[in-house]
Amino acid sequence: MQPQDELDCLNAMAQRMRLNIIKLAYQVGNKGAHIAPALSCNEIMAVLYGNVMNLNPKNPLWQERDRFLIGKGHGALALYAALYDAGFFSEEKLFTYQKNGGDLPGQPSMNLSLGIEVSSGSLGNALSVGEGIALSAKKKGEKYKTYVLLGDGECNEGTIWETAMSASHFRLDSLIAIVDLNGMQSDGQSAKILDMGNVREKWSAFGWDVIEADGHDIGSLYNAFHTIKQENKPTVILAHTIKGHGVSFMENNNAWHHNHLSKEQYELALSELEAK
Amino acid sequence: MLDISSKNVRAWSKLGSRGTLGSALLDLASSKENLVVLSADLGNTSGLGRFMNAYPNRFYNLGIAEPNMVGVAAGMAKEGNCVFATTFSNFLAMRSYEQIRLNMGYMQFPINLVGVGSGFEMGLFGNTHYGIEDMALMRAVPNMTLLSPADGAEIIKTVNAAAAYAKPVYIRLTGGMNLPIVYKEDYEFEIGRAVTLRGGDDVTIIATGTMVYESLCAAEHLAEQGIEAEVVDMHTIKPLDTSVIDRAVSKKLIVTVEEHSIVGGLGGAVAEYKTILHSAPPQLFIGVPDTFGKAGEYKWMLEHYGLTAKEIAKKIFDKYILQ
Repeated sequence: MQPQDELDCLNAMAQRMRLNIIKLAYQVGNKGAHIAPALSCNEIMAVLYGNVMNLNPKNPLWQERDRFLIGKGHGALALYAALYDAGFFSEEKLFTYQKNGGDLPGQPSMNLSLGIEVSSGSLGNALSVGEGIALSAKKKGEKYKTYVLLGDGECNEGTIWETAMSASHFRLDSLIAIVDLNGMQSDGQSAKILDMGNVREKWSAFGWDVIEADGHDIGSLYNAFHTIKQENKPTVILAHTIKGHGVSFMENNNAWHHNHLSKEQYELALSELEAK
Repeated sequence: MLDISSKNVRAWSKLGSRGTLGSALLDLASSKENLVVLSADLGNTSGLGRFMNAYPNRFYNLGIAEPNMVGVAAGMAKEGNCVFATTFSNFLAMRSYEQIRLNMGYMQFPINLVGVGSGFEMGLFGNTHYGIEDMALMRAVPNMTLLSPADGAEIIKTVNAAAAYAKPVYIRLTGGMNLPIVYKEDYEFEIGRAVTLRGGDDVTIIATGTMVYESLCAAEHLAEQGIEAEVVDMHTIKPLDTSVIDRAVSKKLIVTVEEHSIVGGLGGAVAEYKTILHSAPPQLFIGVPDTFGKAGEYKWMLEHYGLTAKEIAKKIFDKYILQ
């Protein structure tokens, strides 16, 4: 397939995923959902699940699969939409999102048969687990890669930097973190809550290869993932994003970190996304 | 597995709990190829020096970053490695508590945590280094197995049993060098099945860790005063061997003895079960009071809190005569 065709396919996948995110969020009614954090990482997930990762949805436990760990569990809707689109489960299963006692709760719960590698919801844990997986791969000479999606708010957690030090110490070049850098967190703008300063310099100082990308531009993300060097260092992709991307009334509006959609808002969101 | 021979038993006693841990892991590594050991900058201090030299590619030092160590242990366990992760019990159980809850409780990754220097073993390092709450914390985590060996031989048994168990396990090591000897010859060890070391119709003493030996000696003192005490080594705190308590309901007194806070440890576990019984004798909790006190040498600490055979016997006698 030509790169342009691949990009077209990935754009189409991202479009299907964002429509599903809105439909799922609307379907759960007043329970509400983490909508804006999912729209923020939607294209990252599309490129990973549609192109970058080596997966076998028919055999989710395939030992050689690339591992994907979601650190920002509040991006669950994007993960579920990606897993469905990649063929890990049915549409019927997808629409069990947030059903009481179901397999697809508000924050992901480990379920290898559905392609969900780890439980998430407590920020700062997944990168450590990813380091352990990458360390095991290195020890055993296994070739798979381990991808971990982090939120920028999540990077407030001290454990992120414990892992950042340790993964570079062990030269884990099969470990790739992606930071969904939307500049927002639960209480508002990250710069006002805990200003992380120059995150590029921070990761670089911790010994990581840093690549920056436009986190909503499929081509930019595609290039970022395909330029990972894997030269004795872990890699971080700083993906510049907009929280609530694609829905005008949600963009950079923290009211949509976790919220429910009225019928009017639902229809407006769908029409805006369909016009993209 | 290493033989429980008189020569080895004496050697483990001299080595103490940490050195014996190191011996157990060194021995296990030769037969268990997927064994890896993690430490948070306390490899030598945890008795792992020989392991580190023999298996440099199976030892991972995560630096002074306990939460990350538990997360890394989770990732390695997820990929099929038999992981032992060790550091001082206080830092392991408390600094990393949420990582333990998530990775071992919720996701059930089969990590073997070893909390070394628990109880008062850290002596003059003081309260920051004491492990007097770790059993309470670990008991509260669903899916956790909590083991607390009584002596060197039982550390060997515990490490081997945990490695074969393939479930989330926390092993609590109490006692320093010149560890008391409880087991001089081989015996049946099974996770979740307590060992009755001495019979007695009047009192049942349920002890764990270092307090097993002290309780055996206390039972001798009590016998001299006409009180016959059964002594049980409760090496598994969770799941608790409740048959011990069922059998003790006809006694005048149940005593729990632990080098741990009286809140939420062995005493708490026994009491929780005892309350659901139709009738049961009263319980005497012997352990560390619910407070932070002054620091002292290990032996002094045990004496200060009455965790010696003589004081244990006295407390039991005083309570028993009131029944």
